[in-house]
Amino acid sequence: MSEPPLSPDELRARYGPHLAYEPPGGWRGPSRAPVDRLVKTHCCFCGQQCGIQLKVQHDKVVGFEPWEEFPFNRGMLCPKGVRRYLQGSHPDRLLAPLLRAPSGFREATWDEAMSLTARRIREIQERHGKDAVAVYGGASLTTEKAYLMGKLARVAIGTRHIDYNGRLCMVSAGTAYKLAFGVDRSPNPWSDIPRAEVVMVLGANIGECAPITTDYIWRCRDAGGKLIVADPRMTPITRNADLYLPVRPGTDAALLMGMLHVVLRDGLEDRAFIDAHTVGFDAVAASVAAYDPARTAEITGVPPDAIEKAARWFAEAERAIAMHARGIEHHSKGVENCLAVINLALATGQIGREGAGCMMITGQGNGQGGREHGQKCDQLPGQRSISDPAAREHVARVWGVQPNDIPGAGYSAVEIMEAIHRGEIKALVSACFNPVVSLPDAEFTRQALSKLEFFAVVDFFLSETAHHADVVLAGSLQEEDEGVTCSAEGRVIHIQEAVPPPGSARREWQIICDLAARLGHAEKFSYQAPRDIFDELREASRGGIADYAGITYERIDRELGVFWPCPSETHPGTPRLFEGGRFFHADGKARFVAVVDRPGGDPVSDEFPIYLTTGRVVSQYLSGTQTRRIGPLVDQYPEPRVEIHPRLAAEHGIADGDWVDVTTRRATMTARAQVVRTIRPDTVFIPYHWAGARSVNRLTHRTIDPRSKIPEYKVSAARVARAAGPPAWAPPEPPIRRLPVVPDGNGAGAAGGRRT
Amino acid sequence: MSGLAFFVDPSRCIGCRSCENACAECETHRGVPMIHVDSIDRAQSIATTPMVCMHCENPTCAQVCPADAIKQNDEGVVQTSLKPRCIACSNCVLACPFGVPKMLVAFEQMMKCDMCYDRTSAGKRPMCATVCPSQALAFVDPDVIASERRDVPTNVFRFGAQEVRTKVFMMLPPDADGLVVDVVDYMWEAR
Repeated sequence: MSEPPLSPDELRARYGPHLAYEPPGGWRGPSRAPVDRLVKTHCCFCGQQCGIQLKVQHDKVVGFEPWEEFPFNRGMLCPKGVRRYLQGSHPDRLLAPLLRAPSGFREATWDEAMSLTARRIREIQERHGKDAVAVYGGASLTTEKAYLMGKLARVAIGTRHIDYNGRLCMVSAGTAYKLAFGVDRSPNPWSDIPRAEVVMVLGANIGECAPITTDYIWRCRDAGGKLIVADPRMTPITRNADLYLPVRPGTDAALLMGMLHVVLRDGLEDRAFIDAHTVGFDAVAASVAAYDPARTAEITGVPPDAIEKAARWFAEAERAIAMHARGIEHHSKGVENCLAVINLALATGQIGREGAGCMMITGQGNGQGGREHGQKCDQLPGQRSISDPAAREHVARVWGVQPNDIPGAGYSAVEIMEAIHRGEIKALVSACFNPVVSLPDAEFTRQALSKLEFFAVVDFFLSETAHHADVVLAGSLQEEDEGVTCSAEGRVIHIQEAVPPPGSARREWQIICDLAARLGHAEKFSYQAPRDIFDELREASRGGIADYAGITYERIDRELGVFWPCPSETHPGTPRLFEGGRFFHADGKARFVAVVDRPGGDPVSDEFPIYLTTGRVVSQYLSGTQTRRIGPLVDQYPEPRVEIHPRLAAEHGIADGDWVDVTTRRATMTARAQVVRTIRPDTVFIPYHWAGARSVNRLTHRTIDPRSKIPEYKVSAARVARAAGPPAWAPPEPPIRRLPVVPDGNGAGAAGGRRT
Repeated sequence: MSGLAFFVDPSRCIGCRSCENACAECETHRGVPMIHVDSIDRAQSIATTPMVCMHCENPTCAQVCPADAIKQNDEGVVQTSLKPRCIACSNCVLACPFGVPKMLVAFEQMMKCDMCYDRTSAGKRPMCATVCPSQALAFVDPDVIASERRDVPTNVFRFGAQEVRTKVFMMLPPDADGLVVDVVDYMWEAR
């Protein structure tokens, strides 16, 4: 049984999250002395992977210095990047393996923890079969570690069930891009953004979730470009939008099909491009015939003239870019939404050129690199399909196994949790994943974890998921190991080991190799350093889609990153894909894929008439395992709040700062209202970074996209009501400043910086 | 860093508070930011704005200081109060037309932005303008601003009869106008 050995409060008291505010030794302490070295590396958080220099003193990270030479961010950092160094030397840090004990967890030796882990995996597999053990990986692992997670699962453990938390992030876009283009990567480097005449941002809270991208978009506008933003909320990037489309949650595909309808109706498509470089156009043209602006407006809530204007701006521009993120991807039709973007870009020929393209914005740190080389349930290294015999043969040769020894495709992340819940999967080895916070329907996840016969977690802090573990293997922070990651723009970059792991904590690749050896595969996991793993990974990727064969640590350092595909050491890398209209399918052509709009998995009803949508805030990152321990970031946004329009608030007698109950078909959550005009009145928003009663994922549902298997975080049917009182977790003092109640009505106090 | 100037463009600000967090890393006031970001009116709008010391040519804060504790350096940077002189009277806090100086009781003196003297004197850019992800705060060559920005810089401000000239420039939209900011006004069913 994997019920936590102590109550959540008892575990929190011992393992945090506690808040760190000062560098080791304090603001006035030894951290003021000259530093030993500045280490040029990258931020550990989002997919932007900004360059940063870490200040190191006596093998501790004590601060940061901007790295202005790194071309992507040129010294710029968001508050998470500025404060990230406070996670080093943190009091909550796990310094040794932990074993479940009657009174909580106790520290153990590595030999004790690893031999127990190997023994339990073997026992469960002998009793229930190889696939009774599943593996979870994460997109914050370096590419070397992600690659090894895949090899561990398929070679040493021998299970087909390995997936990763990128399943909650990039898979809708990745699936759509593979279908349409034959490759899963943003086609354009970020330097293309200022070159566009029109940038259309679809479901992407760029200012908070990809902050550095803001400057690229502002530069585009300064050069005369126009900005279109489609979102149910006005997020910070909207403040300078030239056209804002207040799309109703779950209707993105309809909006994009309406735009394509206008393009085709007015003859604005690029016939020459369509004829020369694509197939399947006619079916897509037929699929949008019914989406005239009036009908599209009824579905989406976006006025017909705004739909027409957006379509014309995008199609008539010499160079236009459509950027999208989880807002259109976290849906049971997330793949269709992305395909609808692609169809629009292909029909207008806005792709494969400087300043023209459709761009996914990868959200997780190594979200791109972490999905390319083998911890995805259906892929082998190099973005190869696990069901492709040639791919299996190539990878089997690199791994020194027979092709038939490599298991087939397994379950995706949500499916693994469901298989655990129904008893099919009995054991789980998880690294860098906090599903109890990040998966939808958190109560279901909690129940599932409690049913595990054995649960091993690799992490550097005791996450809420690790509360359920039998064994916790103390891993390393990003700055405690070397390796590569791949940023959102497809740039492979070099993460440096600034400091060694503290205490007896280990680098994840060492933990993986130890486990593989104890499972009888020492000779296939005999690496001395990350470089050895990278060199093997290069071979495994050679000839694949994500070809890293020509990338070396030295080249990355010299060239400040190398864009894949890079098949040889003399190849310059590929910052921009599809130039000259050449796509990755065998015939070189892109695929139009017709989209059928359909209802989501949790439709609104009389009982649940409001759309609940979820997302992130700028000062927190994903499940908060790291950022909920960094004091200044917590102070900036301490608790989840419910964003609600004054019109909806007035219907329920809710004032700003009131406690509000938000109820879905799964659960009720109580949080304070933030009454703002910057959200649709039929929609409420709650960020998802917290655990337990503060977790909005107790409210979300487990419907997944049938192809990408991404959960539908962006639309749950809900109702709201003024709460009877504060929830049990409410702090004694109000965590937020109460703002004055806003009267409804137009025109009062217009304070937007938006210009027409 | 001669030749570079400080530009503030509130319309670029995304409210991320990276500047506040980075400012707190300064060697001279560790842990305490001297810059602040305000929501204009969060209930009505997402608009936010950063506020740094504008470094007036003839600083009001220094004029009203009874202890002569506020000095300008040769580059025109108005500095934090001189600790031995500051009597913590808060005259400067009340008089500054931009609302910049802070009386920090724990430090028993007025402290304010000194444009990262520790950094600029060592050839680095101020911390806030280096990290700002939207470049609402920019420390760059004025020619770059002139050639790359749509907006225009000014450093002359009128507060009633008082005209203030500043070392820091504020970007102004050439065609600014008021605007209603409510999602409802953009929605089809609201028409």
